[in-house]
Amino acid sequence: MNTESNARGESSQASNAKSPLLAKEARSGAPASPRGVSATRPFYWSVRRELMEYRSIYLAPLAIGCVIVLGFGFVLRRLPETMRHPMMLNLPHQRDTLSQPFDVAAGLIMAAAFIVSIFYALDCLYGERRERSILFWKSLPVSDWTAVLAKASVLLLVLPAIAFAVTAVTETTIFLMSSAVLAANGLSVAKFWAQLMPVETMTGLAYHLVTVHILWYAPLYAWLMLISAWSRRMPFLWAVLPPFAVMIFEKIAFHTKYFADFLMGRFTGGSEAVAGSGMLDPEMKMTPGHFVATPGLWFGLAFAAVFLVAAARLRRYRGPS
Amino acid sequence: MSCIEARGLRKAFGATVALDGIDLRVEEGRILGLIGPNGAGKTTALNAILGLTFYEGELRVLGRNPWAERERLMRDVCFIADVAVLPRWARVSQMVDYVAGVHPRFDRAKAEGFLKKTTIKRESRIRELSKGMVAQLHLALVMAIDARLLVLDEPTLGLDILYRKQFYDSLLNDYFDGNRTIVVTTHQVEEIQHVLTDLMFIDRGRIVFSCTMEEFETRYAEVLVRPEQLAAARALKPMRERQALGRSILLFDLKTDKGDRQQLAALGEVRTPSIADLFVAVMGNQQQGAAR
Repeated sequence: MNTESNARGESSQASNAKSPLLAKEARSGAPASPRGVSATRPFYWSVRRELMEYRSIYLAPLAIGCVIVLGFGFVLRRLPETMRHPMMLNLPHQRDTLSQPFDVAAGLIMAAAFIVSIFYALDCLYGERRERSILFWKSLPVSDWTAVLAKASVLLLVLPAIAFAVTAVTETTIFLMSSAVLAANGLSVAKFWAQLMPVETMTGLAYHLVTVHILWYAPLYAWLMLISAWSRRMPFLWAVLPPFAVMIFEKIAFHTKYFADFLMGRFTGGSEAVAGSGMLDPEMKMTPGHFVATPGLWFGLAFAAVFLVAAARLRRYRGPS
Repeated sequence: MSCIEARGLRKAFGATVALDGIDLRVEEGRILGLIGPNGAGKTTALNAILGLTFYEGELRVLGRNPWAERERLMRDVCFIADVAVLPRWARVSQMVDYVAGVHPRFDRAKAEGFLKKTTIKRESRIRELSKGMVAQLHLALVMAIDARLLVLDEPTLGLDILYRKQFYDSLLNDYFDGNRTIVVTTHQVEEIQHVLTDLMFIDRGRIVFSCTMEEFETRYAEVLVRPEQLAAARALKPMRERQALGRSILLFDLKTDKGDRQQLAALGEVRTPSIADLFVAVMGNQQQGAAR
């Protein structure tokens, strides 16, 4: 008894000294230590758990960033030659040429983040049931809501933030490498810098991530999470086949393709957020007002909310598969 | 307040009735063994108690409704449901960090202390550990939580005898303090016989037998009957008779069967039966009763 109470720490030593009844009361009545009250702590640790489990969330964008920097290192040899080319006197052409690697880098890193998002969303609620570790997660004081919200915020906050950070670091590296090569070849670094607009580019990137990757894709991710929470096996098939079936049915029965167009719009969509030809087009104008007035945005967000609520309910009701 | 209180607890999966109206009361400070054949409803009952499954009927665990308040309840309740449900991708250190992060009553130093007694390396991934080590790790995590109820569902299934023995030894020596309540199901009944304070048999969704271990020891007796006394012993109407190594072993319920300890002592060597033998006797009588 003595060693036991020593091991149990001071508080229980004190309570052991009292009658068993009092000890019981002390234990149940005492508010769980101050940090137990905080609601953000389980959430914070749930997000960290996702990052421990799915390391590709940050490794994949990082790997793509490294590959881009390496690949760009090979192309750099030709940069002085390109800068001396007569065509470079044409300013728009010069700008296009110089900004191209940056556009490619941003596009590739975001594509990597998007692909990771899809795989993550499909596995995040299915994997824990498949390996039965859900029985462990559920043995801890973390609600199904907290768990599902943590997973959703990995898709809607963590991954976009990582994509942004990795893009920023990659582009800064490319930028510095280019500057060094130009300077070494006696070319004007100032001219090069003047053509690139780092602040505008980064703002445009952040805007694109928020409007398209977060707000516009939210229902897409939520749908995948719902399927992940629901399916007993092969979540990918369940996520993809039903929409495909609807498309085929519509095509055969009514010779229309509204549903296909609707899906297409979801994937390529968010174009209301900008006016201009492309995301990093310098002529591009952000049109948040127009974007916010798009009914599709709000419908999408409403569906996302419904899907997430359903996913949380399924996690609660469904045992390990 | 009882630790667990159930009235008319019922759960059906489609046409299959897993729990057929269970009444149950477990006081604090008890160690209850829930014994039953496969598919008897043990795990369903535990899942209901843990708020993992929806049920009909009335159920209170530590005064709370487990289905509605699972998250809150899990601050006071721990469970090991099955062997090896720890996430295979995780490192040991990550598990300790995570539980320390989310559980307000987790004592990290205690968990580290338990782990030091094992050969588990902090940086190992769980998939690299043997089944026995995973069970050790899980137990270390659970024992470091200052919980009031611990539920163990086949915690040692598939472990070798050393790990199984160690598991229950540390549970008794390092964890149980007379205030906590433990509910355990297992098929390795003999190993927990000395651990339990209460015993309950469950079959086809119903509780078919329940008693405290003190009762068990005074009420049931097993006699290795000398061959020449066999007829006399049978006349006392034992619950069950079995043969072992050429000797007849008869199991008596001293409450309902005729005869008392003195009479039995005259027939041969008297001893306390094992839970397993009583279980077989009770289940056998159940089935006979059902067949009749």
